[in-house]
Amino acid sequence: MLNLILLLPFVAALLVLLGAPARKTALISSSATFLLSLYTLLSYDQAKAGFQFVFSKTVVPDWDLKYLLAVDGLSLLMLLLASVVALAAVWVTPRIERRENLFYSCILLISAGAIGAFVSQDLFFFYAFHEVALIPTFLLIGIWGSGDRRAVAWKITIYLALGSAILLVGLLDLHHAIPTGQRTFDMIKLGQLSGSGLIPAAAQARPFVFLLVGFGILVSLFPFHTWAPAAYASAPAPAAMLHAGVLKKFGLYGLIRLALPLLPDGAKTWAWLLLILLVGNIIYVGFATIGQKRLDLMLGYSSVMHMGYIFLGIASFNQVGVTGASLLMFAHGLSIATLFGLTGYLRQFSPTLAFDSLGGLAKQMPFLAATFGAAAFASIGLPGFANFAAELLVFFGAYKTSFAAPLSGNFKIATGFALWGVVISAVYMLRAYRAGFLGPQKADSANWTDLTGSLKLPFILLLGFLVLSGFFPNLLLNLVRPALQVLLAH
Amino acid sequence: MPAPLSPITLEIIVLLLGIFLLLSESFSKSGDKSWMARFSIFALAVTFAWSFFTTGDAGVDLASSFYSADPSALFYKRIALLSTIFVLVMSLDYLPTLRQFIPGSTVGAGEGEFIALPVFTCAGLMFMASAVDLLLVFVSLELVTISFYILVAYMRRQSTSLEAGVKYLILGALSTGFLVYGITWIFGVTGETNLIRIAQVLPAQLAPGGRLAGSESGLLFGLCLFIAACGFKVAAAPFQFWVPDVYQGAPTPVTAFLSVGSKAAGFIVLMRVLEPFLSQASIAAKLLPILGILAAASLIYGNLAAMVQDNLKRLLAYSSIGHAGYLLLALACVAPTDSSFGHSGVTISFYLAGYMIMTLLSFTILIVVAKHSKGDDISHFNGLSKRSPFLAFAMLVAMMSLAGVPLTVGFYGKFLVFASAVQQQQFLLVGISLITVAAGFYYYLRVVGAMYWKDSSDEAPIRVSLLTKFSIALLVFGVVYLGIFPQPILNMLSSAW
Repeated sequence: MLNLILLLPFVAALLVLLGAPARKTALISSSATFLLSLYTLLSYDQAKAGFQFVFSKTVVPDWDLKYLLAVDGLSLLMLLLASVVALAAVWVTPRIERRENLFYSCILLISAGAIGAFVSQDLFFFYAFHEVALIPTFLLIGIWGSGDRRAVAWKITIYLALGSAILLVGLLDLHHAIPTGQRTFDMIKLGQLSGSGLIPAAAQARPFVFLLVGFGILVSLFPFHTWAPAAYASAPAPAAMLHAGVLKKFGLYGLIRLALPLLPDGAKTWAWLLLILLVGNIIYVGFATIGQKRLDLMLGYSSVMHMGYIFLGIASFNQVGVTGASLLMFAHGLSIATLFGLTGYLRQFSPTLAFDSLGGLAKQMPFLAATFGAAAFASIGLPGFANFAAELLVFFGAYKTSFAAPLSGNFKIATGFALWGVVISAVYMLRAYRAGFLGPQKADSANWTDLTGSLKLPFILLLGFLVLSGFFPNLLLNLVRPALQVLLAH
Repeated sequence: MPAPLSPITLEIIVLLLGIFLLLSESFSKSGDKSWMARFSIFALAVTFAWSFFTTGDAGVDLASSFYSADPSALFYKRIALLSTIFVLVMSLDYLPTLRQFIPGSTVGAGEGEFIALPVFTCAGLMFMASAVDLLLVFVSLELVTISFYILVAYMRRQSTSLEAGVKYLILGALSTGFLVYGITWIFGVTGETNLIRIAQVLPAQLAPGGRLAGSESGLLFGLCLFIAACGFKVAAAPFQFWVPDVYQGAPTPVTAFLSVGSKAAGFIVLMRVLEPFLSQASIAAKLLPILGILAAASLIYGNLAAMVQDNLKRLLAYSSIGHAGYLLLALACVAPTDSSFGHSGVTISFYLAGYMIMTLLSFTILIVVAKHSKGDDISHFNGLSKRSPFLAFAMLVAMMSLAGVPLTVGFYGKFLVFASAVQQQQFLLVGISLITVAAGFYYYLRVVGAMYWKDSSDEAPIRVSLLTKFSIALLVFGVVYLGIFPQPILNMLSSAW
């Protein structure tokens, strides 16, 4: 099953590259991937929990390196996110004038890389699949991007390559820190062993720093975030959706899946650093977001800023906070994908997307205004959307830790700052909404037309999941909880 | 069941093939000489297949022999054979270009040697893989180097080729001097030229009371000279001065051969010769830092200088220096105890095998594109994705592999190098190579950017001959397949170390 889900986009990408009808093939393959993921989710035995749908093929026996696919609740959540956003991203793709096949092939490869990273339970392939997405991103931004696309493409590629290299060293150092005899790339085994304190506390600090910086660069943790806003602003909408919505979650997922369970003492040693950086994400980047004059850049910055909350949930280091972080990964992925998708649609009328050139669009684009508003409110954390439940859990988790030694003081301060972040995000999101959709209409926007027909569907899909998981967060939380219990067992 | 065949039959076949080619060049009528290349490709392919049916000579006392037929030797023989085959495929595409620059009154005059000499080089490389005596190391190295002197300067009417030839000749002679002088010192100090014997007598000589106890400087001096000489061959900084000009000036198939064959041979010799010395803790403690410094210098110089190159051959020359750095890094991280990823010999050999595949792939494409675009700058690759999606995709795969993107064979190589560096806690070197990996992404992706981002003024599609197409497809398959399943290579190496 998982094999099929993973291979489908790869095969489709190859077919499209070889000349199959691009949009049709991509739509069929991503719909099939989505339906299969949904089916996997529904047939996952929640009573039994743990890893299911295991597929394993040994690649290098000497190193215990396997092509190992399996999902637990956490992976399933990410798989669902990846397949929903991938489908929406393919769907919203406008007519591509130049080299359509290459475009769709790149989109499919990015989604395949993301899915592969989330369903692989082997350190090597977990890492490898994520990096598969790097080159398509380079091509997508460089060929079809807007603005100063080539400079941006260089920046994101070099940044992410460096981040991945640091991450690789971190993973190898982690592997090296495991006592000889128990060394394995098998993440399922590692997860089980982690409960018994696999790695001596003294040996945990260094690999944790590597992982934090490596994953941090990929997630755009302050101060390694500078690649992200420009890249999202410049990338074609489907690429931005996949990258900001899904691919960036890889780093967070990795921290939860690997760094916390295997290096708990390392995490405690470096919690102070993570707290400082995530406050940077929320406050510094938050203010930078307020200062933006263009819709696409503002969304890029806001997506960087929201990573701060997820980091806070992870740093809280308890069941509640990390559950919140996982749910927030899901919710943020959907809301930011919606926003970038809509922005991409708007870009065909207004190439710069400067706030000055927008205004009063709610009248002539009611659907777009409504969906944009909904996703923006979700981003702020309005009740009714999954973001609200998730952020609530994150704050509860963080407060819980802030009453426990030894970092209590720092945690209180950091959580206090983070709470103010909610206000910041309300400020910039509402201002953006007002600038874009309310007020007097601009003259040159007279012939801009709203989304029509089937183009509405991907946004309805994304928002549908957001609302569903907002009203019934337990649907997903029940899924994630047992997985996190194993990971946070110590 | 036929009697087991000794691996030395492989060298004999290759030498006979070379002699046959020379003779037929002398006695055959003038005319198109491409049949010679086709025949050699076929013969070498048969030899390659044969190599899987040979078995080592178990009964030979290596301590009194020149030639070892162990699995690692066999592995490097295969590398030599494969690279020669692909170099000859390239030569077929290159013959028209070559013709312009060699004077000849008749058609095909002077082309036969261009096919014969790589075959002799191949024999030299194969002997070198088996050499367990410093004398055979020297002789086979000279066979390789002298063939290369001719090949580099082959295009007599092109000044850059001649310039490259002179540079390579002078610096190559210098490095030979280093080599011989180093061997002399090693022989003088240890009293042996056979590496197995050296390994046997060295511990006693270094032990308290032995004649080298407390006075290792002579031995270290000899080894440093030897490392310097090998540094020339593998293109390691600071012995890299010849590399950019020679790579750029030499006929492109020769450049490919230099960057693959010369490097592989240099490393097998380096590993074999250093092995008995590195197993002595007191010597290793002094040699490993030297290797580490060479690694760092090569990494930094090669990768940073490659970033500003506009000529692809030159870029690949600098990248070759950079890759020598990664290989030296693995050598500098030789583990006192075996790491969980196997001996550093496995790392180096795997890296070299992968490096061979991806380098040959990029040079093959470079020759085809250069023939059509009349130049080998990166800008000549502009818009290649439209002119020939096949070539562009193959080049994309080659560049990804050279940069070390996962699911290509280049990544496993880097992975193993990083693993051994982390294992040895060499975090300074790890830090340097993190930066150089990022730099590598930049300059390899510049080629990708040219192919996919930019438009070419010349939209004419590029025709690729069937044999070239087949070999490109084979190499692409090799890069991707071994990038996912490295086990075939690891199996060959598992009994070697």
